[in-house]
Amino acid sequence: MTLVVVGASLAGLRAVEAARRDGYRGRIVLIGAEDHPPYDRLPLSKAFLDAEGPGRIEPFHSEAALRDELGVEPVLGAPADGLDTTAREVAVDGRTVSYDALVIATGATARRLPGSEGIAGVHTLRTAEDALAVRAALDRGARTVVIGAGFIGSEVAAAARKRGLSSTIVEALDVPLIRSVGAEAGAVCASLHREAGTELWLSTTVTGLEANGGVVTGVRLASGEVLPADLVVAGIGVVPATGWLAGSGVPLHERDGGVVCDATLATGVPGVYAAGDVAHAENPLFDGELMRLEHWTNAAEQGAAAARHAFAPESARALAPVPYFWSDWYGHRIQFVGTPRADEVVTAVPASGGFTALYRRRDRIVGALTVDRPREIMKYRRHIAGRAPWPEALAFAAATAA
Amino acid sequence: MMKIEADRAKCDGLGMCEAMAPDFFEVGDDGTVVVLDERPGEEYRQDLSAAVDACPVLALKLRD
Ligand SMILES: Cc1cc2nc3c(=O)[nH]c(=O)nc-3n(C[C@H](O)[C@H](O)[C@H](O)COP(=O)(O)OP(=O)(O)OC[C@H]3O[C@@H](n4cnc5c(N)ncnc54)[C@H](O)[C@@H]3O)c2cc1C
Ligand code: SF4
Repeated sequence: MTLVVVGASLAGLRAVEAARRDGYRGRIVLIGAEDHPPYDRLPLSKAFLDAEGPGRIEPFHSEAALRDELGVEPVLGAPADGLDTTAREVAVDGRTVSYDALVIATGATARRLPGSEGIAGVHTLRTAEDALAVRAALDRGARTVVIGAGFIGSEVAAAARKRGLSSTIVEALDVPLIRSVGAEAGAVCASLHREAGTELWLSTTVTGLEANGGVVTGVRLASGEVLPADLVVAGIGVVPATGWLAGSGVPLHERDGGVVCDATLATGVPGVYAAGDVAHAENPLFDGELMRLEHWTNAAEQGAAAARHAFAPESARALAPVPYFWSDWYGHRIQFVGTPRADEVVTAVPASGGFTALYRRRDRIVGALTVDRPREIMKYRRHIAGRAPWPEALAFAAATAA
Repeated sequence: MMKIEADRAKCDGLGMCEAMAPDFFEVGDDGTVVVLDERPGEEYRQDLSAAVDACPVLALKLRD
């Protein structure tokens, strides 16, 4: 037996760890496009950007530990460039690796700002190299403009303010984060930026970049105005990394090209499973909705489950995860569980003592967002997982509001 | 008997442990974890291992 895992990040690592933990003794090949062994992306937009932050990015395990302790053959710095699901072979680095079970964990790639090629000072934030570059610019005291008020962009803006640097966010929508948390909670998040002195330009479109000698000097807006900048970070979303699956027969989502799988993470192609940011999985907890989540805990859970199911498809169980993510800005903690796709959103705790918004679909609670209420969020998660009736969630919120 | 060790200095209050094993972990108002029962019975090993593994900052350990 050979298990091949393509994508050497969180989901891929959790897949190989789960296989070994379950007692699988066979061959494991872990193929990764990056030069590094798997490392954690979480701190890249948080602690790592601090002036006193860690100077280097430590992998979860060294390459030697992957080899010797986990018994994994790492193939790093080499992207898989093809998949033959009939021969059961992955093409990488001019050769092929045969598999019995395959886990696709290639995640997603940050979308680049059009027209930014060859201009220094313009970055995305996805990899260790990106984080090193952004940090170096902050160390030099850069005036920062973030494009896109999503979570990663917001964390970068917060990191710049924490150093006392000027920071500006430009967002095309009129409410930030509307797709991930809805309008009302998005507005509360936006107010955190303003209170901390980050300038927030909403309903504003970027039309181009200004540069001098190949180095960025500003961001041009549709109004014609130019925001001066030495560092531009584009947080404008990601694209699933599935180019290597073209023509393989693995089902890809028509909208974004992510891998489509069922609630057990099976793709329908024998032996092939998917996990993490790359995967659209059915979620039975939310009416079987296909969800592609870009969250740490999801990548960790799906990675482990995909490997287990690949080995024992007969005992595979549907996953029904309650999505969970968090983000830290200006010393505030934003936490979200469940889904924002709701019939109604109710503010349960007003913004003074933190903030809680609850999301109702039909007669049950399907989501909760809190700001600075760390004690409650996992209780809501339990309500959501248990399909608790809406009044029960409201009663819990009322009891904790004080 | 198993012992749960939580490194409260490392803990970031993310609550994954509470999600996996609510009878043993709870995030307090200060945003760090409180271990509700440090010496759980053997029958909880699987839940507790899942909780330990779920911690993004590796703040939890199970000792025998
Ligand atoms: C800066 C940053 C901060 C974040 N903060 C949070 C947070 O606070 N909370 C939260 O819940 N989530 C957060 N996330 C999201 C979380 O990190 C991701 O959900 C997680 O990394 C997904 O893991 P993954 O293994 O599925 O994919 P990825 O981490 O994207 O890894 C995929 C890997 O596959 C490799 N690859 C791609 N194509 C190929 C190929 N053809 N062959 C071989 N290898 C390939 C890539 O190089 C990459 O190393 C953050 C993400 C970033 C970038
Ligand atoms: S999962 Fe880890 S970081 Fe989160 S509350 Fe538990 S111990 Fe703390």
